[in-house]
Amino acid sequence: MYLQKLSLFNFKNYTEAQFDFSKKLNCLVGNNGVGKTNLLDAIYYMSYTKSYFNPVDSQNIKHEEQYFLIKSNFSVGGKDDLITCTVQKNKNKKFSRNKKDYKKMADHIGLIPVVMVSPADSALVTEGSEQRRKFIDGVISQYDRRYLDDLISYNRALRQRNQLLKNFAREGKFNQASLELWDQQLIEPAGRIFEKRLEFVTELIPGFQAYYNSISEGKEQVGLSYRSSLHSITMDELLIANREKDRILQYTSGGIHKDDLDLRLEEYPIKKLGSQGQQKTYLLALKLAKFDFIKKQTGKTPVLLLDDIFDKFDAGRVKQIIKLISNPDYGQIFISDTHQTRLENMLGTLDVDYKVFRINDSVSEISTSDQVK
Amino acid sequence: MSLHRFPSKLLEESVEEFSGLPGIGKKTALRLVLHLLRQDVNDVRQFGNSIIRLKENIRYCKSCNNISDTEICEICADTGRDKSTICVVENIQDVMAIENTNQYFGIYHVLGGIISPMNGIGPDELNTDLLDEKIKKGEVKELILALSTTMEGDTTNFYLYRKYQGEDIKITTLARGVSVGDEIEYADEVTLGRSLINRTLFENNLSS
Ligand SMILES: [Zn+2]
Repeated sequence: MYLQKLSLFNFKNYTEAQFDFSKKLNCLVGNNGVGKTNLLDAIYYMSYTKSYFNPVDSQNIKHEEQYFLIKSNFSVGGKDDLITCTVQKNKNKKFSRNKKDYKKMADHIGLIPVVMVSPADSALVTEGSEQRRKFIDGVISQYDRRYLDDLISYNRALRQRNQLLKNFAREGKFNQASLELWDQQLIEPAGRIFEKRLEFVTELIPGFQAYYNSISEGKEQVGLSYRSSLHSITMDELLIANREKDRILQYTSGGIHKDDLDLRLEEYPIKKLGSQGQQKTYLLALKLAKFDFIKKQTGKTPVLLLDDIFDKFDAGRVKQIIKLISNPDYGQIFISDTHQTRLENMLGTLDVDYKVFRINDSVSEISTSDQVK
Repeated sequence: MSLHRFPSKLLEESVEEFSGLPGIGKKTALRLVLHLLRQDVNDVRQFGNSIIRLKENIRYCKSCNNISDTEICEICADTGRDKSTICVVENIQDVMAIENTNQYFGIYHVLGGIISPMNGIGPDELNTDLLDEKIKKGEVKELILALSTTMEGDTTNFYLYRKYQGEDIKITTLARGVSVGDEIEYADEVTLGRSLINRTLFENNLSS
């Protein structure tokens, strides 16, 4: 599966642009702020029906315009798939496949798997546990619709239960039977969500460690583990154990909404110990392990989007990364870089089909592997 | 069009009243008020009076809590209906929907709401007293829980089930599954899964 053509109209900084891509490697060169990341985001849109960076669709419309349109031609198993997305101010988003509009965006997700690696991923290390739960949930909901339904149910029951605890405090009363009604709604989805998360992280760990070791050439020991109260106690028992505490706090203090991923380097949290280069390596290894996981689950090779990944890496790591992704296990790849000579040196060492695009005020193709040969 | 300033205080007051109704914005409210203004004064009087009469004279059935003109509603008063089968619903719209199927010959119990802490409704706010009484007197053989399939409906079903499970009555709920006219490939997984679990004998399809 690969992206053949992409057209953008009023998407972020693009007024109008067309691209014809290589089925293997596509390099986007240009200075910061010219729109390399926006182009990758447009590709991401075609997979997830939304932006990687800005969840408000209308804010991705070019300044002072009324709409944006993304049109793409994917080749999926030899067949053409025309995917388009139109966002108009104050109107519902339209997303279509082969000219047929989707009723629900969720119906499209999973059709064209994409994995984005971006400097913004550092939020996974630096920010709160919500970011790391989002990472897990984002992967599992791509291939498991039941998981998404369970998450929605769990969150709704949680909101009701928290409101009930607040109502109790406000009215100065407590009704255990009433609280148990909502406990009941949390227990089943919580159990299934825990099992799915555990399965996912367990499956991710060996690949993640292998990737980290090969990029860093085995210099450091990394660890990754799934943290959840449900390892040692069922949701049912947890709610009973926390009942008094929840009553005082006026919210549900324990459950799968508190789950987290422990990201470690040499047994310490990577947030505290890791250098920027080590953190970037860690995140890249995590994303590549996610790539393998999705490939295994869906049987489809995701499109890999690498935004500005060579920045802050030493020459040794850059070389390792290139070696990795030139492996035929990877399908179509998009790499953005500010550094034209670095990219050209890299391409010189590879024997793959590629295209280089210079992104500035007007997009142009500057070289392809065919010209070189 | 700016709706911030009205040329008439009377007009503004009426628009305010109408826009307080659910689903009515300021623009629609103005359109409705101007429409009424063009009508004959007797028609408008009749319109206004009917609403006042409604509020002043409406009653709730002493048997099922449904909205009624009389002490006991038409359905409860109907001697042809099976009083030992009670269908529990949230509101009068649900009664009307089930009546329209022409498939139900028992009576109803109208709860007046479903449990939702976010809407300030707990088990105590549900009107179950009349139902409690009937069950205590041993008048009920089957309770059909027909609340919406939302989480709040489900929670209320569960509450009622727990409340009455010790009694000598059959507690049933509406079948959930693929709806008539649905294509299987477009049904969502949860619905389809439930339909498989609750599959029925084919001959039951023939008889209805
Ligand atoms: Zn009645």
